[in-house]
Amino acid sequence: MASGGCDRTPVRLNEGPAVGSLERHRMAYTIEGSTGTWEVVVGLEVHAQVVSQAKLFSGAATAFGAEPNSQVSFVDAAFPGMLPVVNAECVTQAVRTGLGLNAQIHPVSRFDRKNYFYADLPSGYQISQFEHPIVGTGEIEVELADGSTKVIGITRLHLEQDAGKSIHDQHPTKTLIDLNRSGVALMEIVSEPDIRSPEEAGAYVRKLRSILRYLGTCDGNMEEGSMRADVNVSVRKHGEPYRTRCEVKNVNSIRFVMQAVEAEATRQVEVWESGGTVMQETRLFDSGRGITRSMRSKEDAHDYRYFPDPDLLPLVLDEDWIAALKASLPELPDAKRARFIQSYGLSPYDAAVLVAEKATAEFYETVATGRDAKIAANWITGDFFAAMNRLGRTIENPPVTAAALGGLLDLMADNTINGRIAKDVFEAMVETGKDAATIVDEKGLRQVTDAGAIDEAVNRILAANPDKVAEYRSGKDKLFGFFVGQTMKALAGKGNPALINETLKRLLAA
Amino acid sequence: MLTDLTIAAARDGLRAKDFSAVDLTMAHLHAIEALNPRLNAFITVSHAKAVDQARAADVALAAGEQRALTGIPLAIKDLFCTEGVRTTAGSKMLSPFVPPYESTVTAKLLHDGAVFLGKANLDEFAMGSSNMTSAYGPVENPWKRRQDDTAVLVPGGSSGGSAAAVSARLAMGATGTDTGGSIRQPASFCGLVGVKPTYGRCSRWGVVAFASSLDHPGPFARTVQDSAILLRSMAGHDPKDSTSANLPVPDFEAACRRGVKGLRIGIPREYRSDGMPVEIDALWQQGIDWLRAAGAEIVDVSLPHTKYGLATYYIVAPAEASSNLARYDGVRFGARENGGDLRDLYERTRAEGFGPEVRRRILIGTYVLSAGYYDAYYLRAQKIRALILKDFTDAFGRVDALLAPTAPSAAFAQGENMDDPIQMYLNDLFTVPANLAGVPAASVPAGLDANGLPLGLQVIGKPFDEETVFAVSTAIEQAARFTALPSLRAGG
Repeated sequence: MASGGCDRTPVRLNEGPAVGSLERHRMAYTIEGSTGTWEVVVGLEVHAQVVSQAKLFSGAATAFGAEPNSQVSFVDAAFPGMLPVVNAECVTQAVRTGLGLNAQIHPVSRFDRKNYFYADLPSGYQISQFEHPIVGTGEIEVELADGSTKVIGITRLHLEQDAGKSIHDQHPTKTLIDLNRSGVALMEIVSEPDIRSPEEAGAYVRKLRSILRYLGTCDGNMEEGSMRADVNVSVRKHGEPYRTRCEVKNVNSIRFVMQAVEAEATRQVEVWESGGTVMQETRLFDSGRGITRSMRSKEDAHDYRYFPDPDLLPLVLDEDWIAALKASLPELPDAKRARFIQSYGLSPYDAAVLVAEKATAEFYETVATGRDAKIAANWITGDFFAAMNRLGRTIENPPVTAAALGGLLDLMADNTINGRIAKDVFEAMVETGKDAATIVDEKGLRQVTDAGAIDEAVNRILAANPDKVAEYRSGKDKLFGFFVGQTMKALAGKGNPALINETLKRLLAA
Repeated sequence: MLTDLTIAAARDGLRAKDFSAVDLTMAHLHAIEALNPRLNAFITVSHAKAVDQARAADVALAAGEQRALTGIPLAIKDLFCTEGVRTTAGSKMLSPFVPPYESTVTAKLLHDGAVFLGKANLDEFAMGSSNMTSAYGPVENPWKRRQDDTAVLVPGGSSGGSAAAVSARLAMGATGTDTGGSIRQPASFCGLVGVKPTYGRCSRWGVVAFASSLDHPGPFARTVQDSAILLRSMAGHDPKDSTSANLPVPDFEAACRRGVKGLRIGIPREYRSDGMPVEIDALWQQGIDWLRAAGAEIVDVSLPHTKYGLATYYIVAPAEASSNLARYDGVRFGARENGGDLRDLYERTRAEGFGPEVRRRILIGTYVLSAGYYDAYYLRAQKIRALILKDFTDAFGRVDALLAPTAPSAAFAQGENMDDPIQMYLNDLFTVPANLAGVPAASVPAGLDANGLPLGLQVIGKPFDEETVFAVSTAIEQAARFTALPSLRAGG
């Protein structure tokens, strides 16, 4: 039985950047088999639905969740004599994505037909780009949980049509067809086989999704199917050339991508070690059982009979147009992260967390602008994220608004409240939706900054603890914290910490 | 007889109120009623719609609004989708299909005031050179052999119904499509002018596809001028067809009057094969003499890759067809044969819906695109296609147009050439190169063979220079003085 190498069982499959399980020592992910140590080789093909008003080759709309067959043109239904006309918006989005992936843009590309019969493929072929894709090689950098980064190569990005949907469970004997998705533009983004672990596979998809969302070229909603991954997995002993790979089709969440890598690699190690041979085939991931299952073998594979689509001319892009698109790209996660480190003095880790989602970065910048940027980062990655996760909210529907959180930080900055009270105020804000100032006023949480009141409280504490005062004065410095705590308690937590410190030092020294 | 008028003459007659558009349309509808049961040129006659369109034409004429084709009755090859009128493509597969849209070419004709008499018969999915593959029965060529008027001749194909209808005076003109000669060969067989314009000149939108990179819509008429009038209405840029050319449409009718003085006419030596019938060779020589006499300079040219044209064509066209016809699966429209499961439904529907020639070409096309054969067939054919285009480009560096025969024979009888598909494919020998290269070409009636059957000469021009094709065609027409009439015709 295969098991995880390096004391790192291959069961660490949590989605998210694995906050709290930071490992400083970077160890290669391996599978320990009975015949030795196995390395995992993964390449991903991600299908990302292009954000566009209309389909790739027709004017029909693309909105998700519309009535079945309500967004279908005669072109999408492949009526006789209908012809495709490429939608410039989809081409623009593909080029912008290519630029965002630091990839070569091919000034001339071509559309090919991929021929196969299926009930939800009206024309009997999918228009795709086989030999000459619109985007060539590129790369993206992914951040790993141990704080390291890794560059994953992009082989290509091409445009293609989505098929319709076959619905098998609405009628006892019939299959229903919904062609709303038929003809919707997809970008297929193919990675190099540079990925070596489930974690890297997850980090790659997460980073890719982040870039697509920043660009606005794909909404990245995997649960709606607008982004899905085909996971190519093989295993090998160290130093070997690649062995046969299997493709796990249509994996629809980052967590499942990571699990599929794990499950498929483990299966392949078992096959090799039991004297068998891994056959090239297409497999499906059974998320319920956490295993992959054979879908079709290479022998059963379709012969797609690719050939250039004679209804479409080669796609020729103007270099100036490409340059203009490049100049108009928004700030992408890597650049934003660098800027957050540079201008706000954030740690690389905090910066990475804050830029992962465009909306989070925007939230952060709203809070941080004109305030202490580090305190803003600490609050967002700390109490704010905790509340958001606890309540199952999202950054688009946050537990408190950026403006409200800023208001809370302002009350701390001008000494209206101290940090301890601020945490209570924050919870009250989450609970009531009221702003910080209102809560402070209603609950009388305004900080005590009256020197006389603090003097009086300190004197009372010192008088009540003569033995501790003596010990402190004879050198037991650690007791200072005790006096602070007692004073704060006497002031119901509302004392200004700096004033308390100063007063204590003055009176204990007397 | 109104049915004997040319389009140009009818246009003048309508303007002068010599007769009404309804008169003109009714004359043709009566001719169809009398002759179509025998000729089978129309699959569908849209009698009521035609009369409505003729009435509307008369209203327009009364208001002094005469467009290029106001009130002119035409036949439409049943490959053009016509809104609300059944469109079969000559196949059982589309027997129940009524398009909810109008093809761009027919929409342009309607916009110019044309009257549509009905949908003309054709080889199934335009695959054939005899009109024998139609699921709606063969079409009879209105022409008869002088010695043997019992033999039923084919009108050629695939646009056989269009050619027979115009030849027998059942329509003043017709639309056709030419993928490998499907306008020019029937025009030659039926004594008509047939024009295959430059690829991209006429939109393919709404035309049932056979082979997308080779399909060319174009007109049939009884005179060069009439064909120029029709083409001008049919042509023009269409944003719905990505391969449509964004170029202005010239006045083709005016180009007919240009003359050929000073033009350099190329004679492609590779078209002169050993087995060429003497009559065809003699006709060609006659054409050369006519053009020289009209002031053109005759130049010997070489199109060295001509001999590969037919083989290239019969790889490229079936390859594209195998993919284009995949949509006829019984799922969304057209005929369906229910089966146990999806695969069974496909197999039954397609076995039942397609005739043998269509099935043959789908199989050839599927084969040449298959893994392991693609490079040897399809890819190589595309390379030769590029060389054939280069042949034309090189030749057109030296000459303004080319003259060649249209077909290797006159019309043959139904049943002939039927056993051997290769023999049938040889009909396209002289016509396929222009499709592969996308250059414009016309067939003009130039003489009769020993049996009194019409023979055509082919004029091939530079890309988007249909004007020169019309000028040269007019010179041949004037010199040939082709006045022979088919035996079967309205009032005949």
